[in-house]
Amino acid sequence: MSDEEDPMIEIKASFFVECEELLESLQDGLQIMDDGEGDTETINIVFRAVHSIKGGAGAFGLDKLVRFAHQFESVLDGVRSDTITADRSAISVFFQSGDILADLVRSARDDTDSDEDRTKTVLKELEAILGHNSNEVVEEEVADFQPMVLSMDFGLDDTVNEPQDVPEHPPTDLPAFEDGFTINFVPDSALYVSGNEPLHLLRLLREMGQLNVYCDTSKIPPLADLDVEKSYLSWAIQLTTDEDQDAIREVFDFVADLCTLTIVSPESGGSIPPISPPTPPTTPPPTLPALDDVLTNEASKDIVTDSVASLSTPPAPEGAVETVDYPKNIEVAPSMAPVTAAKSNASPDAQTASKATKPRPTVRVDLERIDRLVNLVGELVINQAMISQSVQEADLSTNSAVSDGLDEFMQLTRDIQDSVMMIRAQPVKSLFQRMSRIVRESSALISKSVRLKTEGDATEVDKTVIERLADPLTHMIRNAVDHGVETPSDRLAAGKPEEGVVTLSAGHRSGRVIIEVTDDGAGINRPRVLQIAIEKGLVTENAQITDSEIDNLLFMPGFSTANEVSDLSGRGVGMDVVKSAILALGGRVTIQSEPGFGTTFTISLPLTLAVLDGMVIDVAQQTLVVPLNTITETLTLAQDDIRALGPLTNVIKVRDTFVPLLDLGAELGYRLPMDSYIGAIVLLIAREDGSHAALVVDAIQDQRQVVIKGLQDTFGRVPGVAAATILGDGKIALILDPVDIVANAGGRTRSVQPNLQLAG
Amino acid sequence: MIDMEEKALTAEIKLLTFQVGKQEYALDIMSVREIRGWSKATSLPHAPAFVRGVINLRGTVLTIVDIADRLGMGRTETNERNVIIVVHTGKETVGLLVDAVSDILAIKKSDLQAPPEMSVDNNQTFVNALIIVEERMIRILALAAALPSDTMEVA
Repeated sequence: MSDEEDPMIEIKASFFVECEELLESLQDGLQIMDDGEGDTETINIVFRAVHSIKGGAGAFGLDKLVRFAHQFESVLDGVRSDTITADRSAISVFFQSGDILADLVRSARDDTDSDEDRTKTVLKELEAILGHNSNEVVEEEVADFQPMVLSMDFGLDDTVNEPQDVPEHPPTDLPAFEDGFTINFVPDSALYVSGNEPLHLLRLLREMGQLNVYCDTSKIPPLADLDVEKSYLSWAIQLTTDEDQDAIREVFDFVADLCTLTIVSPESGGSIPPISPPTPPTTPPPTLPALDDVLTNEASKDIVTDSVASLSTPPAPEGAVETVDYPKNIEVAPSMAPVTAAKSNASPDAQTASKATKPRPTVRVDLERIDRLVNLVGELVINQAMISQSVQEADLSTNSAVSDGLDEFMQLTRDIQDSVMMIRAQPVKSLFQRMSRIVRESSALISKSVRLKTEGDATEVDKTVIERLADPLTHMIRNAVDHGVETPSDRLAAGKPEEGVVTLSAGHRSGRVIIEVTDDGAGINRPRVLQIAIEKGLVTENAQITDSEIDNLLFMPGFSTANEVSDLSGRGVGMDVVKSAILALGGRVTIQSEPGFGTTFTISLPLTLAVLDGMVIDVAQQTLVVPLNTITETLTLAQDDIRALGPLTNVIKVRDTFVPLLDLGAELGYRLPMDSYIGAIVLLIAREDGSHAALVVDAIQDQRQVVIKGLQDTFGRVPGVAAATILGDGKIALILDPVDIVANAGGRTRSVQPNLQLAG
Repeated sequence: MIDMEEKALTAEIKLLTFQVGKQEYALDIMSVREIRGWSKATSLPHAPAFVRGVINLRGTVLTIVDIADRLGMGRTETNERNVIIVVHTGKETVGLLVDAVSDILAIKKSDLQAPPEMSVDNNQTFVNALIIVEERMIRILALAAALPSDTMEVA
């Protein structure tokens, strides 16, 4: 307890991390309840999640959070004890409450403001539910659980508190306790000196069962005589538990020789002699005064007030300690570890909660460390490539020990790389849960009834991809709710159920992650899309356009089909932003739509952003990497293939289409256009709209996986360059963004003698 | 250079001096991370001429700025004796291509002289202060101004 600042910050941080997990299991539980598959255990999980959040929040004095969580918890407890029925409308309030809880947690964490009005509205709704059905059972139970909330406050207050106002239940009153253990615990001063804390011990006991604690404060001398270093307090504890005596003893294991402990088991009868503390009675352990309150009081703030009040009360009365008759003296006990640090506060419940949701053992690791590991593995891969290269140059026989070892080394490197990439992968579940909130909120806003179905939310994707996918996915979900799903009346007219369904699914397909957003709405109204596109001048009136080309018009900047701009979408900034965000992740997005049955947007993403399959090429003495997924084909040009277009440009004939010819070296400013491209190697690059362009390169070296290295911000954005990588010889090669190059290309492939070329 | 103002004028600072063209420049040694030999840089398309490209510095991509070119003295002819000074500016790490590294000097802050205002000379903005050591004038390079971040947008 010497350094109080840092541990608190750390503990708080871990509390918020825990909160995220708890919120996730809360969402899960609510979803299950919503699907009508909930059982008692589900409600328990939900309850425990809220309860644990409340507990932790209380410990850190996050009043707003505590207040809301408390109300929520009360209602859930009603559901748990069957006094409140969780019908559709109640569950919808629960979902909203979950959202607000999440907001409050985040606003507490980031120290920002939360939406007070909304919180109040939902609080009222919760109250309404509680009002209808609630009864005292709820209240009582809640009170029972309270103690968790308070603990931290005590710890901080105790130095100031005088222990006086506790003895409302002096040990004398201790009723004969028949069906439980009676424990008498008299700490030595040494117990406090060694940093132990009775509160933690009591908490551990509380976890074992029903607990009643009475604190004997009668030994406390008048303030003037008080020696703060001495132990004046002792506790009489009644514990009803299934555990045996050894388990109780274990709690006190670590303080065994620092206290006098008596445990009387229920079976044994007889009486024990009065206990007298080994050391002269003394100062209260800080936490004590309030303990009683803790166990009975409702909200933590009350307690704080209490303890403040206690400060002003006179020093403890000099009452004599009454001896208590106990049935039988069992023995002085071993003691127990001071519960490790304050963390125990929030976690006991959290642990229970996670137990309920079949946890797998996990370790929480700083993302920074993982990134470092990923970087190091990247280094390893590069180094391995360098070694292979020098071994090759050394011209050793392929059977030599070095070559064999190197092969094994390569295999290992690849395995390590795969495993490390897997560490960064995370299930998309958290992302999908955010989306279900979007659906709830956006459908409520436009009075549609829409539910989100998720599939494959255990699919794992690189963490960065998940983070950067949130915005585009939000857009797409909103679009699905706003434009995709019809109004309830239209749906009924079309013979569909009133409630629309948006399906969000994820899965792995051929080394890529596929995420689909499907609605069961009316599908894309193609005539209307075309009409708007013509009005906006995006296409000409007589253009022959296929259905899929019409669908792709949705991705054009400035396009919006909504007749009026709604609160949700319709400003025409949606889909083109979505598209560019996904392209930036190395992904693609496509649309399929069937009139009357709905629309599906399919996002296909690379598994990781850390490595990439690339083609290593040479242009103008520079080695460059072109991402393999952008190349559809490579060709060697023959004289027949090249046709002149304008005075400075050429196209090439690929089967029956003409494709613009671009000189990569010239486009990058490395050299002037060449005189002739006959015999040149070209890469056919697929553009976003499905058309192609041909890039001239000098040579193709290799096709391999490369580790992506970001270019520093120093450059700003270099046009046409996506990133860099390090080759086997230690040199840096730039990774090109060919689509960008093609989009910004000058297209000059003839520098001189345009006449001659034209003639040819 | 960061704490320069904070220290008393009598405080000593250490400067790394180096040759650019025929001139002598210096940097606060605290901003220097390492000194390494020249290795061929991968050039960047569409970059300003004084950005020579990028090299692999133990796994990170390091931008190389040709200081002579930046100061208007023309492109440095590279050979094995060229040196890259890796400096950290608070925001980023950059490599400076210079002709040679000369010396480490310990000088008093009070010996630094403000450069005279000479508006025609456009590379004057790259010099923070001047100092005279053994009759030679050494210019203290204004690192932030000399680095490409702000110039890239113009380029």
